[in-house]
Amino acid sequence: MGYVGKGIKKIDGMGLIKGASSYTEDIALGHNYLTVKLLRSPHAFARIKNINTTIASKIEGIECILTYKDVTDKRFTLAGQSFPEPSPHDRRILGEYVRYVGDEVAIIAGTDEETVLKAMKLIKVDYEILEPVLDFEKAIDHKSIIHTEKPYTSFNYGNEHMRNIAAQDLLVEGDVEKELAKSDVVIEHSYHTQAQIHGMMENYIAVTYMDFQDRMNIISSTQIPFHVRRHVSKILDIPRSKIKVIKPRVGGGFGGKQTAPMEIYPALVTKVTGKPAKLVYNRKETHTCTTTRHEMKLTVKLGATKDGIINAVDIHGLSNTGAYGEHAWTVFSVVGQKTLPMYRAKARRFYGEVVYTNMTTAGAFRGYGATQGTFALESAVNELAKKLDMDSSVIREKNLVKQGEVNPTLNSFVGEKSIVLDSSTLDECITRGKEMIGWDKKYPMQKISPTKARGVGMAVTMQGSGIHGIDTASATLKLNDDGFYTLLVGVSDMGQGCDTVVAQMAAEILCVPVSKIIVNSTDTDVNPYDPGAYASSGTYVTGNAVIKAANLMVEKIVGGASKILNIPEEDIEFNGESLLLKDGKEISLDEIAYRLVAYEGQNQIITTGTWGGHTSPPPFIAGFAEVEVDLETGKVEMIDYAAVVDCGTVINPNLARIQVEGGVAQGIGLALFEDIKYDAKGKMISDTFMQYKIPSRCDVGEIRVEFKPSFEHTGPFGAKSIGEVVINTSAPAIADAVANATGVRVRTLPITPEKVLMGILNTKHSN
Amino acid sequence: MEIKLKINGINKEVTIKDGEYLQSALKRLGFLNVRKGCETGSCGLCTVLLNGKPTLSCSTLAVRGIGKEITTLEGESVEVAKFAEVLTDEGADQCGYCSPGFTLTVIAMKRELESPTIDEIKHYLTGNLCRCTGYMGQLRAVKKYMEVK
Repeated sequence: MGYVGKGIKKIDGMGLIKGASSYTEDIALGHNYLTVKLLRSPHAFARIKNINTTIASKIEGIECILTYKDVTDKRFTLAGQSFPEPSPHDRRILGEYVRYVGDEVAIIAGTDEETVLKAMKLIKVDYEILEPVLDFEKAIDHKSIIHTEKPYTSFNYGNEHMRNIAAQDLLVEGDVEKELAKSDVVIEHSYHTQAQIHGMMENYIAVTYMDFQDRMNIISSTQIPFHVRRHVSKILDIPRSKIKVIKPRVGGGFGGKQTAPMEIYPALVTKVTGKPAKLVYNRKETHTCTTTRHEMKLTVKLGATKDGIINAVDIHGLSNTGAYGEHAWTVFSVVGQKTLPMYRAKARRFYGEVVYTNMTTAGAFRGYGATQGTFALESAVNELAKKLDMDSSVIREKNLVKQGEVNPTLNSFVGEKSIVLDSSTLDECITRGKEMIGWDKKYPMQKISPTKARGVGMAVTMQGSGIHGIDTASATLKLNDDGFYTLLVGVSDMGQGCDTVVAQMAAEILCVPVSKIIVNSTDTDVNPYDPGAYASSGTYVTGNAVIKAANLMVEKIVGGASKILNIPEEDIEFNGESLLLKDGKEISLDEIAYRLVAYEGQNQIITTGTWGGHTSPPPFIAGFAEVEVDLETGKVEMIDYAAVVDCGTVINPNLARIQVEGGVAQGIGLALFEDIKYDAKGKMISDTFMQYKIPSRCDVGEIRVEFKPSFEHTGPFGAKSIGEVVINTSAPAIADAVANATGVRVRTLPITPEKVLMGILNTKHSN
Repeated sequence: MEIKLKINGINKEVTIKDGEYLQSALKRLGFLNVRKGCETGSCGLCTVLLNGKPTLSCSTLAVRGIGKEITTLEGESVEVAKFAEVLTDEGADQCGYCSPGFTLTVIAMKRELESPTIDEIKHYLTGNLCRCTGYMGQLRAVKKYMEVK
């Protein structure tokens, strides 16, 4: 192989570091955009009794002020998912009710920021304040009903809006109660995972304008340009053919930009005024008024024999979707889908509810439910090991699903055909991870001094690669007249390097350097359909489409040459650079490319491959944490994190390694620091990087990464996904390491010094 | 208000608003990669060099730049290109949004610290947040660039 498996530089990297104009704000210049801002609710739950914009509208330079009285009452979801969107349609552009602090009340557009802010202050809103639901455990059947109107749902996933339930899920196989009853040991614990802020460095931004063909142009920092087109068309009643979405370089997404939280507002302003409009969220709005990870409480019951054979896994979940149901059911169902197949139990069940509250809306976030589920399940397995007095790596050796085994929950929907686990080296990942961290020497803990203890802990997890039966991507290749290629894809590179990875795959098949493949992933007018960058689908789904397009390209080049040269195809060999003819002659690709498009050939070669999978093969990771705990203060310091990953074939080792390091670090944030705090009235107070602490480079310790490649037969060159799976093991591995160091098991994230210290003091007290 | 600023070695007459910060003034002048990520001086994206020292331009008044050498990414193109090579070699460029501020801080550090330890490097760069890379790849690149073993 020439290009696959090589740590090739990211094709956009040099330009980005040298500061080339590449992001939405850089390229959206020169249109005299109206400044758009949103007046937001100061109350967690209220009805707008009256809203007066008369005085505000008179300010010079104000172009429009829109309230719920001025906009359609059509309902929709902003989740960026394949049609039909499996999220409840419970939003309006603006509504009579506001459902969290920050909910949109009015859209104001004017010539500049000062003018708009001046007008904003002059809008008079009379609210009838309602009692908010701020504790998700009290949401079901609360006397406040957050959505009294029945939301549209594309199928029945248990939305019971009058009980504040957005969705429910049940995934079951075998008789859980019977297996639990038969078990020698049953443990049951509840685990709480907090909401998390994506914290990408580039805030949300979108600009809109009408072009010379009277088409709505939207430039947006998004992971889902094609879904944005569908949303805007449907919500604002503009034919899809009249909308063009451009996605420039994206300054990070992590699933946040899989929801389209703001594009509709400037688009509406442009529709109403005919003028270009620009909406930029500041950091506070990015934290408060977009989406977060779903907060969850997961109660896990495990039944096992005294030898550590797990008989039953039973997980009840409660998830907090906040004010609106973006990704409510899908994230929740992934909790079960990515935990139940891990262990070879006879019976397994996941069930529970997703509830509405008057808090910031939750949505997609790297890991997508698997993160929450993994924290709960892996913590429970570690606790079971403790109870059985067993090494926690040994209990996994006895129970983990292995390559070649048939698994009924691997296919997400029980009742469908059981799926064979085609590829997994998870057992090798565990063996290697143990060596890397020095498990046998250090497990479970070492006392460093009278006040310091070090512990090691572990966790394993899986994710999917694309969504089987749904995710379908296309890729188009064009042989240009000068002998280089353009590769058109619709997947969104937000930094992870998928443009580079797909270029490597095309280069491999076309036998040309990556520099001869120009990747365009920018524009819904030009690029073929792709659901976007989410569900770990870039390398796997789009990659497969690229391979199809590239194979077809080779075929067509040979066919085209055969016609021009009047030589049978079998007498032509294509080596990427040139065509070698049987008589010894050689014609360069450059020449043939030119002759094909010119009068002689009249054959511009463009090929398209479309691909969707029947399975979502899981990548795996084994994560091992070593922490040092200060027994006097409870402070946990990251010392070392060893991660060993099976993502099938590693297409680009450098980029894959960074995905792992970045995911582990984001998981360390979830484990130790990141916490969204609300005041008593439901206002988010950790709404900047001052209060909301993402890890800095002094907080993550050492992160070490290795790969144990498997070969996934359905994957491009044997590859599976990597972007999401890597975030999931940090929290449970760290929680286990802390428990091993101190004897204190923290089941509520984040693991703050207060919780650890209180645990230590309570243990001392009870002793 | 009219002030004189020396940006990347060139003197400029600049009209600023009352209380305007250097970040917004530079952006208006077309230095688009002087970015803003947090508004609270927490993320380091807006870092420029003032007399060679990394400075948060989002919380430095534009008038503070009077009489000083202001350097943006454009003013350090040779060093930027060198560092870009090692950073992309590691694959640690990722979304790139934090790169301008981070790169300028690294360049200043190389001039300021002689044979720093790893801890000194981390400490110098703590104020530059990155959500993509997990920092390890950046550290490998910085070590190469600084020729630290």
